[in-house]
Amino acid sequence: MGRYILRRILQAIPLLAIVSVLVFFLLKTAGDPLAYLAEDPTVTEADRALIRAQLGLNEPVFPHQFVTWLIGDDWRMRDFTGDGVPDDYGTQRGILRGDFGESIRYQRSVSDVVSDFLPNTLLLGFSAYVLTIIFSLVIGMYAALRPYTLADNLLTGGAFVTYSMPIFLIALLLVQVFAIWLDVLPVQGMYDARAAARGIREPLDLARHMILPVLSIALISIAGYSRYVRSSMLEVINSDYIRTARAKGLPQRRVVSLHALKNAALPLVTLIGLDVPFILSGAIVTETIFGWPGMGQLFINSLNFLDAPVLIFIVLMTAIAVVLMQLLTDIAYATLDPRVRYS
Amino acid sequence: MADITLDKRASVAVLDKKEYKSESLFRIALRRFLRHRMAVAGSLMLLAIILFVWGGALIYTEAYANATDLLNRFAAPSAENLFGTDQVGRDIMARTIYGGQISLMIAVTAVAISVTLGTLVGLVSGYYGGGVDSLLMRFVEALLSIPPLVLLLLLSRVLAGNTDTLMVLGRQLSASVIAIILIIGLTSWMQLSRIVRAVVLTLKEQEFVMAARQQGASNARIIFAHILPNCIAPIVVAATLGVGIAIITEAYLSFLGFGVMPPTATWGNILNPAKDALDEAPWLWMAPGLLIVLTVLAINFIGDGLRDALDPRMRSG
Repeated sequence: MGRYILRRILQAIPLLAIVSVLVFFLLKTAGDPLAYLAEDPTVTEADRALIRAQLGLNEPVFPHQFVTWLIGDDWRMRDFTGDGVPDDYGTQRGILRGDFGESIRYQRSVSDVVSDFLPNTLLLGFSAYVLTIIFSLVIGMYAALRPYTLADNLLTGGAFVTYSMPIFLIALLLVQVFAIWLDVLPVQGMYDARAAARGIREPLDLARHMILPVLSIALISIAGYSRYVRSSMLEVINSDYIRTARAKGLPQRRVVSLHALKNAALPLVTLIGLDVPFILSGAIVTETIFGWPGMGQLFINSLNFLDAPVLIFIVLMTAIAVVLMQLLTDIAYATLDPRVRYS
Repeated sequence: MADITLDKRASVAVLDKKEYKSESLFRIALRRFLRHRMAVAGSLMLLAIILFVWGGALIYTEAYANATDLLNRFAAPSAENLFGTDQVGRDIMARTIYGGQISLMIAVTAVAISVTLGTLVGLVSGYYGGGVDSLLMRFVEALLSIPPLVLLLLLSRVLAGNTDTLMVLGRQLSASVIAIILIIGLTSWMQLSRIVRAVVLTLKEQEFVMAARQQGASNARIIFAHILPNCIAPIVVAATLGVGIAIITEAYLSFLGFGVMPPTATWGNILNPAKDALDEAPWLWMAPGLLIVLTVLAINFIGDGLRDALDPRMRSG
């Protein structure tokens, strides 16, 4: 198993290399990250040239900027004043040496910026994740135990409709109903603005602000996975070992919750595991609508400012999370299901 | 496919000596599709939406759909503006009509690109195997490890910032329409390429491929004349469901402001200002939102029906 994990990690290296090089060159062709300064009357043309030189943006993308991005510039003389004469050694260490550089917009190290936003997204994502597991299991099992009845048809139909909706539409619908028509839940941010201004951050206030964004992310997944649980549960419930369990007189509750659930939930756990890294996708839309200060908003803002270091870090982080979750799910699957072997 | 018909004919002749009425695979699939109630309902729904979107163009002109009227901002639905007006006084009904045309056209052309690309990559990768295969599949894995929305937004930031207009088929379109088609097409082929590759892997070891090779057929002929026709079922299903996904994708991009640029309307960019005007004008998102959901729902029903109709394991039905 140790060798299996090692091989999988080695296989991931070329993948991460492709992803990061792809994103690097994509962003370098996207345009000038300092374009927004041109609209600022207090910044002169000379100032902009200086900033450009300091950031190394006046060097050719290939090889200079690429090499700096990869292994840094602390080993070569660089021109920081834009006059064509090398001034001093650089300070960057490069992505291969663990330095993701400095955000152009925030002028702080990327990992610093990300650590401000990441916890907020994880809070949303994992609450939605827990809701998804609980509700898709409950709804899926409930429907599977009474197949083709009115309740089943309503649940399955509702899930099909919800599954066809884009996240932002669900979010708009929720805001319209709960925040505007019923006026019971807040729409924007993480804390009540007036209370936050006075430095008060109550967990209860946070929970109230979380309800709508978490629901927006979770509802679609619940719809998708409850359909999945229903069909795998239907398959399991008609199998021989369930009939055996019933025949030896076990009560229905025990048969369902112990014997059937184990096998029906197995594929679900692994499937949802593969979805974890994609929390970011859901966060982009939800956080934009609800003004939630998380990775989704950081991504959109960095995209508007062409803040390449932050964008590359976010994409790379997600790709690593994808690879890790794939590995973990495979291991979990092989551990939970003795029929599966490593290969 | 041919051997199935032969088998049937032989067994039928032996068993009940009735004349075998030959039925093409297409007719079998059609019959089974028509028996799928939700799929038929989905087809009718889609037909109604297509009628609304292209029939409505006979009532409203595109100039009217793009005409602003600042004195009539956020007007509630009325006899004059059935779906109300938006933040600059444009009629939302006219915009959903022309926006629907663009959204549907974007989705269909993007899927055409992604299906062509996905099929080609899958065929080449599966048929040739070896180094080509592992190279292509590593690239596919790399693209799949970036969440689709992230990849789409990155590409559209690079390609679709263009606000020029182009003349296409006698209509003035924002240049971003072309960019969005390319972006959606280029980011959605990976799953299909894996499916096609898997099918090709099982097909290429079968006797009919070997027979073709013995008779001296070229690789290209084996791939396109012998293997490709056997991959059609998964490709058709993926293409149908792909149209629904592409409609949602366009809506996501335009909603976030990275999609098609105004004045060209799409279902997504009509929705774009809705999040800031929920208390003033709830009708802003209702009509386009409902149309998106109905269209995607209809397409998903049709896709489900096609999957059942084309599934070779259910051939007996």
